[in-house]
Amino acid sequence: MSSDLRDLYQELILDHQKRPRNYRKLEAPNRVMRGVNPLCGDSLELQLNVEDGVVKDIGFEGSGCAISKSSASMMTERIKGKPVAEALEIFGRFHHMLTEGAPSEADEEALGKLAVFAGVREYPARVKCATLAWQTLKAALESDAPLPDVGNVSTE
Amino acid sequence: MNLQKLRSDFPGLHQDVHGKTLVYLDNAATMQKPRAVLDAMEKYFVEDCANVHRGVHLLSERATKSFEAVRGKIAKFIGSKDANEVVFTKGVTDAINLVAHSFGRKHLEKGQEIIISGMEHHSNIVPWQILAEEKGLTLKVVPVTDRGELDLEAYAKMIGPKTGLVSMVWVSNALGTVNPVKQIVDLAKAHDVPVMFDGAQALPHVPIDVEAIGCDFFAGSGHKCYGPTGAGFLWGKKKRLESMPPYQGGGDMIVSVTFEKSTYREPPARFEAGTPNIAGIIGLGAAIDYLGSIDLAAARAHEDDVTRYCAEQLSQTAGIKLVGTPTQRAGAVSFVMDDIHPHDIGTILDREGVAIRTGHHCAQPLMARMHVPATARASFGIYNTREEVDVLVGGLKKVRELMG
Repeated sequence: MSSDLRDLYQELILDHQKRPRNYRKLEAPNRVMRGVNPLCGDSLELQLNVEDGVVKDIGFEGSGCAISKSSASMMTERIKGKPVAEALEIFGRFHHMLTEGAPSEADEEALGKLAVFAGVREYPARVKCATLAWQTLKAALESDAPLPDVGNVSTE
Repeated sequence: MNLQKLRSDFPGLHQDVHGKTLVYLDNAATMQKPRAVLDAMEKYFVEDCANVHRGVHLLSERATKSFEAVRGKIAKFIGSKDANEVVFTKGVTDAINLVAHSFGRKHLEKGQEIIISGMEHHSNIVPWQILAEEKGLTLKVVPVTDRGELDLEAYAKMIGPKTGLVSMVWVSNALGTVNPVKQIVDLAKAHDVPVMFDGAQALPHVPIDVEAIGCDFFAGSGHKCYGPTGAGFLWGKKKRLESMPPYQGGGDMIVSVTFEKSTYREPPARFEAGTPNIAGIIGLGAAIDYLGSIDLAAARAHEDDVTRYCAEQLSQTAGIKLVGTPTQRAGAVSFVMDDIHPHDIGTILDREGVAIRTGHHCAQPLMARMHVPATARASFGIYNTREEVDVLVGGLKKVRELMG
């Protein structure tokens, strides 16, 4: 197997694909956002409880490839319990890593395990797979639509 | 048939990708082009580069002659005797929109129904939805069976006095199903209902005889039949085309223009506003000439063999399930693999040199019907080989290894 494919499909990514964390509905979410990639049909629904500017709880469900599912799973792990401002800051660093170039030391430190997705940058057709969950999160955190309205966000 | 010679006609096939020999199995998305097509387009740009229909000079005369000759080539290729029944378009999508805007707006009335099928490409769904909303029409959808075939009984019950138009795909781009077009038309004719076929995947893979089938409209795309992108056609029965108002206004489609009133030319010019894709249409003509220069029946028999071989091999591979098992198949095999998403399959195969399409194939309602979010699809042209199918199957084993 070519080594560059292993850069994309790292063990950590495959592990999260097979056993996605926080793959569940919340009992009483106060933010719900659906994200779709209309080019490929990948979709996910993100549920959050945001209280006092902190992401208290987060869960997701949906269908997608290994990259999109593991990205969503690792995102929920990374931002659960974090202030909204910090979650948005991580979004910025993650997005930069996938679209602009190699992460700086500060980026790597802030991204932690999420740096495993750096290999996706070499696969332009797959960047949106990795960013779908994050775009959905950003829309959810920036949305002020009251429930039961469910927001929608698209990669296109 | 000399397959090596045929393959040598297609320069795009002979290259490496990611250090592996290219295995191009994404022909339903677009086909590789024979050298003859590229040469014809270059000849236009180098020797005959002029606008058509309006120049008095030699270059324009030559360009116009080459361009207009393509109508007759298309007509002959699809079984029409009248070159003026061929309207040049950008492709099938453009042709369907033309019929929706022009025929639909003029002839369909509030309360009438348009029948499509559950296996349509979005291009044969959305134009009708837009028209239906505008005119108060209802869209009726013929269900698809578990095998991925049209439910003809349901269609027979659906069609009736309220039906204004039937528009269906001839060959499914997503599943490869060949629809029973003659029966579709015969049932419609019993109710005097016009029938349109989306021929995007039919044109390259099956013999077309619009007069024998008896349909009213047929749409084709050049690039799905060894020609260039942005060049296709709508064929329509003369009396239908004559009954239709212009689709777009502009130059080339008028008899006279004053600020009070303009008058329009006869079909097909009426539907061809603006400078057309001259090089593209000439390339499309060259693609048809190319297919005429080879033993097309033998080439298609070979392609059918490779397609069938692919379906057999995949259905015998552990963990793979075919999506759509039609008795009449042409050009494409769709499949899913255990819990591995088609995108991951596509990315890994790409690194093995194998180009396939993954996703919903612009047929989301069909994906929902087949209970899959997406599929992987291998699709074929006359130049593909059984050995290439073996490379695909080998690549799928690597997908399994990598994804665990």
